[in-house]
Amino acid sequence: MSVELFQIPFLTGLAFAILLPILGCYLRLRDEWLAALAYSHLAAAGALLAMLAGLAPVIGGLAMAGLAGACRRLFARRLSGGAGDALLLLGGWSGAVLITANEPMAERLGHALFDGQLYFAGSEQLWLVGVGGLVALFFLRLLSPNLLLARVYPDIFRLRGLSAWPTQMGFDLMAALCLALATMSLGVMGAFALVFIPPWLAFRRAANWRAGLCWALGIGVAAYVAAFALALGLDQPFGPVLAILLVLGGLLVA
Amino acid sequence: MSGLLRTEQLVVGWQQPATQPLDLSVAAGEIVGLTGPNGVGKSTLLAAIAGRARVFSGRIEQRPGTHLALQTQDVPPVVGMPLSGRELLALTGASPAGLPAWLADHLDSRLDRLSGGQRHYLTLWAILQAPADLVLLDEPTNNLDVAGVAHLTEHLRDRAAAGAGLLVVSHDTAFVDTVCGRVIALEGRHVS
Repeated sequence: MSVELFQIPFLTGLAFAILLPILGCYLRLRDEWLAALAYSHLAAAGALLAMLAGLAPVIGGLAMAGLAGACRRLFARRLSGGAGDALLLLGGWSGAVLITANEPMAERLGHALFDGQLYFAGSEQLWLVGVGGLVALFFLRLLSPNLLLARVYPDIFRLRGLSAWPTQMGFDLMAALCLALATMSLGVMGAFALVFIPPWLAFRRAANWRAGLCWALGIGVAAYVAAFALALGLDQPFGPVLAILLVLGGLLVA
Repeated sequence: MSGLLRTEQLVVGWQQPATQPLDLSVAAGEIVGLTGPNGVGKSTLLAAIAGRARVFSGRIEQRPGTHLALQTQDVPPVVGMPLSGRELLALTGASPAGLPAWLADHLDSRLDRLSGGQRHYLTLWAILQAPADLVLLDEPTNNLDVAGVAHLTEHLRDRAAAGAGLLVVSHDTAFVDTVCGRVIALEGRHVS
C-alpha cells in the first residue's frame, strides 16, 4: 500500500471533515438539517444528468444543488415546516435512481455518488475542495452573527432597517454548494453523517456557541481519521464506515 | 415631529382590524404604559409599530432615524442550542454592565440551563440594552420575581433618563403605575 496513493484522497476528505461539521452547526441552528440531505440528493441527480449531457458531473451537481439553494427561500412560506426540503429530497432521490436504473452509462457513477468515491479523488478535486472550503469558512465566519441573531431575534433585521435575505440566501447557496462538492467525494450519506452527527453531539455537550463549533470540528475530524484508517485496513467502502463510526459514537455519548 | 413616535387614529390587526382608533405619542426620555384586558390589541399595536402587523387605518409617524428595539412575549428558541448569555448580549450589542448579581454570575452559562426567570430577564436585557432610541416592551415582568421587577423598574428609569423613549405593555398594574410617567388604558371600544 503506497502512502502517496492515498495522500490526496485523505487530504480531500480531511477538508470536508473540517468544513461539514461547522456548516452542520449552522444548519442545525436553523433547523435545516434535512436540507443537507436534499442538497446531496439533488447534487447526485444533477451530476448524473450532466454526465448524460456530456458535461463534467461536478458541474451538474453544483448547478442543481446551487439552484435549489438559491431558490429555496422563494418557496419557504408556502412550503413551511420542512416540507420544501422533504420535497427536494424526494425529487432528487427519484431523479437520481431513475436515471441510474434506465441509463447503463449512469449506473457506475450513480453507485459512486451514493456510496462515495473518496479514494479516487485527484489533485484537481483537492484544490477545488481546499479553496472552496476556505472560502466557505470565511463566509460562515462573516454570516455567523446574523445567522445567530436571525434565530433568537428574527425581528431585529426589520427593526434596524436591514435586509435579512442576503444572509439567508447567501447561507442557503453556500450550504448547497458545499454539500454538492462533498457528495461528489464522500457520497450522499457520508456527507450527511458529517454534517449531522458531530453538531448533534456538540450541541448536547458544549457550554457556548464557540465551544460547540470546536466540539463539532473535533468529533468530525476524529471520526474521519478513524474511518479512513479503518476502511483502508479492512478494505471497506469509506462512506458506510464513517457513518457507522459516527452512529456508534453518537449512541455511546447520547 | 418633536417626539419619537406618534400615532393618529391608528387601527391595526393581523387579518382584520383588532384595535380601536388610537392616538398615542412617546417622547424621548418618557415611559408610556399601555394597559387593558386580553384581546384588546396591545401586543398587536406594538407589532404594528415594529412593522410586523398590518395598519388598517390611521398612521404611524416616527422621528426620522429613530432606532427601534422590540421585546415580544415569544421566548427566543434557545432550548438545545449552545448559546451563552454573554454571547447573546454580544449579538445584540447589549452591555452586561448593570446586570443584577443573580444574573451576572450566570452570564457564561448556556441559556437553556438557566431558570425561566433568569432566561427571560437576560433575553429582555439583550433587547433593553441594545442600541435603540425607542424601546417597545411586551409584558416585560412575566416570569420575574420581586427582585427582578425591582431591578427592571430601576433600569427602565435609567434608560429613560439617558434619553430613550419606552412604550410598555403590561397587565401588572403596580409595575405600570410605578414605572410609567403616563398610562394609556385600552378598553375595547374606548381609550382613556
